[in-house]
Amino acid sequence: MSEQRTAGVRDVARGVAWRSIHNFLTNPAFLVPSLLFPLFFFVSFAGGLAAIGEVPGFDFPSGYTAFQFVFVLLQSAAFGGVFTGFAMARDFESGFGRRYMLAAGHRSGIVLGYALAALFRAFVTWTVLSAVALVAGMEIAGSGGEILALYALAVLVNVAATMWAAGVALRVRSIQGGPLMQFPVFLVLFLAPVYVPLDLLSGWIHAIASINPVTAMLEAGRGFISGDPVLVIAAFAMGLVLSVLFALWAKGGLRSAEAGG
Amino acid sequence: MSSSLGNQVGQLARRSIVRTLRQPAQIVPAIVFPLFLLAVNTGGLKDATSLPGFPTDSYLTFILAVPFIQGALFSVMNSGTDLARDIETGFLNRLALTPLRGAALLSGLLAGATVLGVVQAVAYLAVGLIAGAEMAAGAGGALVLVLLSVTITVAFGTIGLFAALRFGSGEAVQGLFPVFFVFLFLSAMTLPLDLLTTDWFHAIASVNPVTYLLEAIRSLLIEGWNLGDLALGFGIALAIGAVGMTAASSALKSRLVRT
Repeated sequence: MSEQRTAGVRDVARGVAWRSIHNFLTNPAFLVPSLLFPLFFFVSFAGGLAAIGEVPGFDFPSGYTAFQFVFVLLQSAAFGGVFTGFAMARDFESGFGRRYMLAAGHRSGIVLGYALAALFRAFVTWTVLSAVALVAGMEIAGSGGEILALYALAVLVNVAATMWAAGVALRVRSIQGGPLMQFPVFLVLFLAPVYVPLDLLSGWIHAIASINPVTAMLEAGRGFISGDPVLVIAAFAMGLVLSVLFALWAKGGLRSAEAGG
Repeated sequence: MSSSLGNQVGQLARRSIVRTLRQPAQIVPAIVFPLFLLAVNTGGLKDATSLPGFPTDSYLTFILAVPFIQGALFSVMNSGTDLARDIETGFLNRLALTPLRGAALLSGLLAGATVLGVVQAVAYLAVGLIAGAEMAAGAGGALVLVLLSVTITVAFGTIGLFAALRFGSGEAVQGLFPVFFVFLFLSAMTLPLDLLTTDWFHAIASVNPVTYLLEAIRSLLIEGWNLGDLALGFGIALAIGAVGMTAASSALKSRLVRT
């Protein structure tokens, strides 16, 4: 019975993921912003703020390009999830989501399918972003394992953001819920040490960044790329806890969508 | 509707203003989002003032110019989306049956953007000054700053009108937002032009008109009265407005012929 259920969830997830990925790859309106936004941020931050690397007290060993690459990587991971939430909301607004609900024997597979599509979107973006960063001369001091750990952290960010956005999309079931998916993610990302390390922040932004869960992930990611890992356990624990909490939030959204017909 | 141009503009301006004021979803993000980024950038980048050659010891004063441009970018979306909705709902077709002049339609539609521009400029300036930013040009400078900001907002608004008339779709207008953000991102937004140490970035920022709009605003905040920077800023804004209005007029003619 349990095996049957797993197979059912897997089939639904595969179908939903395939359609979502197909839409993403064949519609330039979805594909282009996903690729361009992170690149614009990377180019703007790494190119326009390079002089920040000369600020007294800024001693990131791999240079400012690598410092910003980690932020943009995690940001694109998060927004890959949010954009997938948009697709989900659009599907429910157009009535396609309702057809999913009627057709799927195991509805948790719907959320899983969108999550797989979000991960695929993120991988496409990361491939382009990483290639651009390397061409731009980004220095990587971390080992292969450390770089893998950086991308694993980004996967956790992607899963957490997708689950957050799915929970909103399934409750609101309209693209009008877009700002609600996007703004909190934007807020929590930019209230972390984006431009300089935590130690160089002061005042209110230091206080907020110190308790912001993204800070630990960002600092761990920067530690990985510079070959000097810090806050590794805290960062992965934070990523896992957020993923589980938002998965429960998405599950509640699924119940809400079921109740809403 | 009377056929006098003033009356036509007045009627459409009133409609545009009322429609803007009735849409908090247009006003709130246009004010809150730039102020949020102002706060984050000020907190995160204030150490930049220790770089040799940085023009002020207050990063807040330096970065306060950015919300004015970001707010103007929202004007592209707002004016364009409103007109696109008029096209999509057939309202423009109905207007085409009246003796309405094209100039009246375009000027009237920009009234909402103008009012929002004033509200935005006053809000950014008030929040900036309360937070501790300096205004080197004094009270007169504040007035000129609001005037410059509104000029930029209206200029960008004409591009929104052109996009709406050319494409006839709100979604297409929304799609322009990232394109315009690129201009902001590839400018001397977060550091002065002289401190952009990456060669290619410096080259792009040097030819990006947004850099000079920012410098005009910054001149009032940081230096006082720099007539050269101000003239360049107003000149660029007026040029963008003239190009946008010409393109929008041409697109309007094509659209009215098409409909």
